[in-house]
Amino acid sequence: MALLDIENLTVEYPVRHGIFTAVDDVSLTVERGEILGIVGESGAGKSTIGNAVMGLLSSPGRIAGGTVSLEGDRIDALNAAKMRSLRGKRIGMIFQDPMTSLNPLETIENQLIETIDHHLHVGTAEAKERAIRLLEQVGIADAPNRIKQYPHEFSGGMRQRVVIALALCAEPDLIIADEPTTALDVSIQAQILDLIKRLCREENVGMILVTHDMGVIAETADRVAVMYRGKLVELGDTAQIIGQPQHPYTKVLISAVPPSNKRIDRFTRVDYAQSGTPPKADIDLNTHWLGDGPARQIDGQAMLTVASLNKVFRSGGGLFGGKAQENHAVKDVSFHVKAGETFGIVGESGSGKSTIARLITGIHKPTSGEIHFNGDPLHEKPKTGEEILRRRQVQMVFQDPYSSLNARMRVGDIVAEPIRVNGTAPSTSAARTIAADLLALVELDADAALKYPHAFSGGQRQRISIARALASRPRFLICDEPTSALDVSIQAQILNLLKDLQAKLDLTLLFISHDLPVMRQMCDRIAVMRYGEIVEQSGGEAIFTAPQHSYTRSLIDLMPKFEPDRM
Amino acid sequence: MALYILRRVLQSFFVLLAVGLVAFSMFRFVGDPVDNLLGQERTQADIERLRDVLGLNDPFIVQYWNFLKDAVQGDLGVSFRQGRPVMDIFIERLPATLELALISAIFAVVVGVVLGVYTALKPKGWLTNLILTVSLVGVSLPTFLIGILLIYVFAVELGWLPSFGRGETVQIGWWTTGLLTGSGLKALILPAITLGLYQMTLIMRLVRSEMTEVLGSDYIRFARARGLTDRSIHFRHAIKNTLIPVITITGLQLGSIIAFAIITETVFQWPGVGLLFIDSVRFVDIPVMASYLMMISVMFVAINLIVDILYVIIDPRLRAGENT
Repeated sequence: MALLDIENLTVEYPVRHGIFTAVDDVSLTVERGEILGIVGESGAGKSTIGNAVMGLLSSPGRIAGGTVSLEGDRIDALNAAKMRSLRGKRIGMIFQDPMTSLNPLETIENQLIETIDHHLHVGTAEAKERAIRLLEQVGIADAPNRIKQYPHEFSGGMRQRVVIALALCAEPDLIIADEPTTALDVSIQAQILDLIKRLCREENVGMILVTHDMGVIAETADRVAVMYRGKLVELGDTAQIIGQPQHPYTKVLISAVPPSNKRIDRFTRVDYAQSGTPPKADIDLNTHWLGDGPARQIDGQAMLTVASLNKVFRSGGGLFGGKAQENHAVKDVSFHVKAGETFGIVGESGSGKSTIARLITGIHKPTSGEIHFNGDPLHEKPKTGEEILRRRQVQMVFQDPYSSLNARMRVGDIVAEPIRVNGTAPSTSAARTIAADLLALVELDADAALKYPHAFSGGQRQRISIARALASRPRFLICDEPTSALDVSIQAQILNLLKDLQAKLDLTLLFISHDLPVMRQMCDRIAVMRYGEIVEQSGGEAIFTAPQHSYTRSLIDLMPKFEPDRM
Repeated sequence: MALYILRRVLQSFFVLLAVGLVAFSMFRFVGDPVDNLLGQERTQADIERLRDVLGLNDPFIVQYWNFLKDAVQGDLGVSFRQGRPVMDIFIERLPATLELALISAIFAVVVGVVLGVYTALKPKGWLTNLILTVSLVGVSLPTFLIGILLIYVFAVELGWLPSFGRGETVQIGWWTTGLLTGSGLKALILPAITLGLYQMTLIMRLVRSEMTEVLGSDYIRFARARGLTDRSIHFRHAIKNTLIPVITITGLQLGSIIAFAIITETVFQWPGVGLLFIDSVRFVDIPVMASYLMMISVMFVAINLIVDILYVIIDPRLRAGENT
């Protein structure tokens, strides 16, 4: 008998026009000591399965069919009180974001003791002993003292350890982990995944690991369930799913994931999800407005030079004293980007990589140091009108496609705005035509110009952002985590698009990301940053094949390995 | 912590100075007190002499300075109208206002929080809809109208409660209290409700929206996933997190309960400082007006300080900040 047996589970959400089926006829089993990965893109229904098992479906969702059994006993139709006595005691759950999963106003001790005492009725003293042991088990040093602290005194990785300790309080038989490492840096992610694997083996606990990250699945799961639009499309051993996927969607999904162990030229076109072919626009740069920009440079010349750049942020301190805090976000950073290449900056959160993008685009002023773009000093105010014109050649694509577009403007106007403001088109109607051309260039339909941003998906919005950047006829495009908010198949499309545009328009790219496999696919040269400093800088492949600095080596070591050709 | 409080007190001191300055500069426009003080048969010489005695010929900065100098020593000057020290009048009047404000504040906070939590926990119940609809009426009607309505229903038609005054009072030292006699308590009910109703609906709606947000947060979902009881989730984890923003608004509202007691006191002829202020404005009694404004600003500043300290006590994240 399996530990958890889900049979023909169907979950429905009544919506305004009928019923939305979030999970459609899914059957799964989980054994003790086994990690079952559930993978899929956003909207696939993978989290809904976990919530349905826990009896925590958000209103008005309901289980419309099928059964869920825990060691042979049905648990899908229990009353509220019985279900609650199951939660935490027999099934534990771990959430995605450790920063928000803990009550900020209670000490770790109170939260642990409350949960332990609630389930095991052992009294406060015994509960505290257990709590300390749990914290030690999940790898928190100095547990007797740290237990008295509040959540905000722990780092993200440490908080996730506390969350795991809380889920383990009553020694559950099954743990549902919903994207447990998505909000964490690579090095912390590796530690947490190790911890999860170890606990499953040691405690003989079954686990459902819900994630969108194929790398995490490849490293952690024993078996994988692939979900697509609420349906289970394929179920099998991890090696088989990644090495020899059977279902066409799985194949598409696997081919969209950037492999960590080699560089490929392009991702295979992903079109399982889409009907119809997107418009293919071909612009003749010799005649089109877009080719009429500033003269192109010979490849290999230094286009952007950054020398001894420093940025210190000051916070706190006021009229009546109080010490100001200093945060040295960028420390003595020097690099150059050659015309026509893609230069990557990689680092974990807080390493200062995004600050560099902001310094180059003038959002922040550097504390000291120089930035030159084709000879113009970007760290100073522009002196002439011509200099301002030349600075427009630097454009930026932001991380979050949801907040970086004005929701009250039509997409056509968003793209046409830089053309109108800069006065680079002879008339408003000409600007509109150019905007339509640009939208076609990023493979959006012709009627996209008339819609508002909310009508588009994340990937489509990022295309709009790119079209808007192109509307200034840039020579130099800064992409700050351009695909971090997107599903892998969409990520593959956007990365392909960036590569195409770069080849077509001779763009120079500064690519900023935390995602090493993505960097490997995109970048000619890479700089690795830590604590505001560049620790290593070399050719894109060399970073992976022959890392010099110990930090680079540990990053490469810790990144989840996704190597379909070796499975 | 001590340093933090000291810094806040220092800041408050400058706020008070500024408030006083603005108030004093405005008194030059409310009219000439001499007109009211001297009768019809005055001569120019009388006027000049009185102006000189009262110091009204000095520039207002000098007047302000003299006022401050005396106020620090506990001397708020002599009322132009009553000819008695302002301090004495205040001591006589203040207990009435403070008791009224206290009772209506307790009413506003207790009823507001309870109803707010209830409506957040049962967002779809019929009682929730009823409470929300009625509260909308409470917010929309002006204070004096509510007072008059209450007087009409409970004092005139039903005859249950008195329509004006404090009822019998008991003297305890310099403090006169209406809380110890039956008629005093009865007299408090209508004015306290009138004064607190608006704040109550405000607090209720604030608690409701904060609580709704907190109930949807990740740590509440995680608490549910750990199998904790609803009681613990709602009343231990959720309420505390709800209260942080509520405290700020509530604190400021308590200040305005005292400040806006003017209207309620006028409607119910409540013998407090608000009524005193209205009378003083009519007779351009500058010492009383100045003292009243300073007293109100001291209260606001003090309440703000208390709110800031409460914040630090409730939220551990702010406690960490004080060491740096």
